[in-house]
Amino acid sequence: MNNFAYTQAASTKEATTAKQADKAAAFIGGGTTLIDIMKSNIEQHSLLIDINRLALTGINDTAEGLRIGTLEHMSTVGEHPQVVQNYPAISESLLLSASPQLRNMATMGGNLLQKTRCGYYRDVAFPCNKRVPGSGCPAQTGDNRTLAIFGTSPSCIATNASDLAVALVALDARLTLENAKGQSRTLPLTEFYKLPGSTPNIETHLQPDELITAITVPAAGHARRSHYLKVRDRASYAYALVSAAVGLDVQGGLIRSARVALGGVGTVPWRVPAVEKYLVGKPATEDTFRAAAALAVRDAAPREQNKFKVELAQRTLVRAFLELPTA
Amino acid sequence: MTTPDDQTPADGHPAPGGPSRRSFLKQSGGLLSATLAAPIASRAEAVADKLAPPSPVASGPTNMALTINGQVRNLRLEPRVTLLDALREYLDLTGSKKGCDHGQCGACTVLVDGKRVNSCLTLAVMAQGKQITTIEGLAKGDELHPMQEAFLKHDGFQCGYCTPGQIMSGVACVSEGHAKTDDQAREWMSGNICRCGAYPNILAAVREVAGQQAKG
Repeated sequence: MNNFAYTQAASTKEATTAKQADKAAAFIGGGTTLIDIMKSNIEQHSLLIDINRLALTGINDTAEGLRIGTLEHMSTVGEHPQVVQNYPAISESLLLSASPQLRNMATMGGNLLQKTRCGYYRDVAFPCNKRVPGSGCPAQTGDNRTLAIFGTSPSCIATNASDLAVALVALDARLTLENAKGQSRTLPLTEFYKLPGSTPNIETHLQPDELITAITVPAAGHARRSHYLKVRDRASYAYALVSAAVGLDVQGGLIRSARVALGGVGTVPWRVPAVEKYLVGKPATEDTFRAAAALAVRDAAPREQNKFKVELAQRTLVRAFLELPTA
Repeated sequence: MTTPDDQTPADGHPAPGGPSRRSFLKQSGGLLSATLAAPIASRAEAVADKLAPPSPVASGPTNMALTINGQVRNLRLEPRVTLLDALREYLDLTGSKKGCDHGQCGACTVLVDGKRVNSCLTLAVMAQGKQITTIEGLAKGDELHPMQEAFLKHDGFQCGYCTPGQIMSGVACVSEGHAKTDDQAREWMSGNICRCGAYPNILAAVREVAGQQAKG
C-alpha cells in the first residue's frame, strides 16, 4: 500500500474542509473497503481523514421514524432491539452482510459508499471504465455471472453490493449530508446513487466536500412488516446473487401499501415503484406475488452468464413476500 | 509499561506532520471562521473550530502507543501500517496470521475493545487508545483459555494457520451470545475460513465453550 498522510478530524467542519482542500483525500470510517482497495493499488489517496471522533452516532426510534448516526457500526444497528422490531428488513440486511468482524468495523455511511465493483475492477491487469475511464469493460462479454441485469450500460455492469442499501431504498430512507460550508441537505437514497451511463467512475451525487452524517427512515406499517431475503452461492459470507427487500401493509387481506427493492441484480439498489403500485389494493396471495414478480423483471437486460438471475429474482421476490409474518 | 523491543525513538517527540498540509489546514481553519454564519453549522462545532487548532497531520513515521494484551507498546510507524503488520513485524507478536490480507479469511482476527475485527484492515494509528487482545493475551501464564483447551480437545485444526483467528473469533462468538445453536455458531463463525476443512471440530470446540455439546 502506498503511503498517505493521516489526520483525525475534531469536527465535521474540519473533516469536510480538509476533504475539499485535497482532491485526492478520502474519509475513513471503518476502512473495510477503502484499505482493501488501496492495498490492491486500485485507488490511491494522499490523505485519509479519520472521522471516527465526530459526534455522528446514535440510534433513535420515534413515532416519526428511525434516525441513525453515520458512524454507528453495522453490528450495533443490526441487533438494535427497535430496529429488529420496527424495521426488520434493515436488521436482516445488516446481519446477512459480510462477516461478524467486518460488521464490527464498517460504519453505516461507509456501507452505503462501498464501491460498486466486479472482478475486473479489482484486477488492475484488466481494463475497467470505473477504474480507468475510457479503458473498456471486459465484463460485457466476459465473466459476468454475478453481475447486474438492471441499470447496466455499455460502460459498466458491476453490481451494487450493499445489502443495507436495498432495504433502505425500499423503506424510503433519506441521507443527511453536510458540506464544508457547514450547510446540510437531505436526499432520498433513491436519488443518491447514479446509474453508470458513460461515467461509471462516478457512483453517487455526493459532492467532494460532503459527508453523510445521518440516515433517516420514516415509520410505516410496511416498514414494521418488512423482510430482507438474500440468496447466495454459499450459505454465509458471500455477496447476493439476488436479494429482495419487501414490506407490505395488509389490512383485511388487501395490500394497503407496498415497498419492493431488489439487490444483487442492479448497478444501483433496484427499487421497483411500478410493482409497488401494482400491489396496492390487491389481495395478499401467492398469485398476486407471482404477477408482481413478473412485472419486477420486465426491464431486465441480462448478459450471457447471468440470464438465470431473471428467474431467480422472481422466485426470491415471491418467497420474500410469502415469508413475511402474517398481518 | 515498556518492553525492550519497543520502537520508541530516542528523542521521544512526535513526528512532524507534512509542513505543507499542516500549514494549509491552519489557513483553512482561519477561513472557516469567516464562513461561520452558514445557517446549519452547529453552535458547538462553530466554537470548536474557532478555538481548537487544526488536528495534526501525520505523514511518514509517527510515534504511536498501542495497548496490547494490557501492555502499552510504543512504536514509530507510518500511517499505512496495519495493526496486523504492527503486531507481526514490529512487536514480534506473530500469533495473529496474515492469510488473505484483505478481510476475507479471518486469520488476523483480534479483539479491539472486546469486539472482534480484522487486524489486516485496521490501521495501527487508528487503534490507539483501545484495548487490543491477541491470541498471545488469552492464556493466563501456563493456564490456557477455555477456548484454547477446547480446540486441543476437539482437534479443531489440521495445519493450524487459521487457528489463532478461529480461537479469537470463537471467544467473541461465545461472549456475544451467538453460539447458542449449531446453526447460529456456524453463521457467526463464517468470517473465519479453514482451508483444511476442520469445521466440524471447530464447531464442537466453540459449542462446548458455549456450554453445550455440538450435535453429531
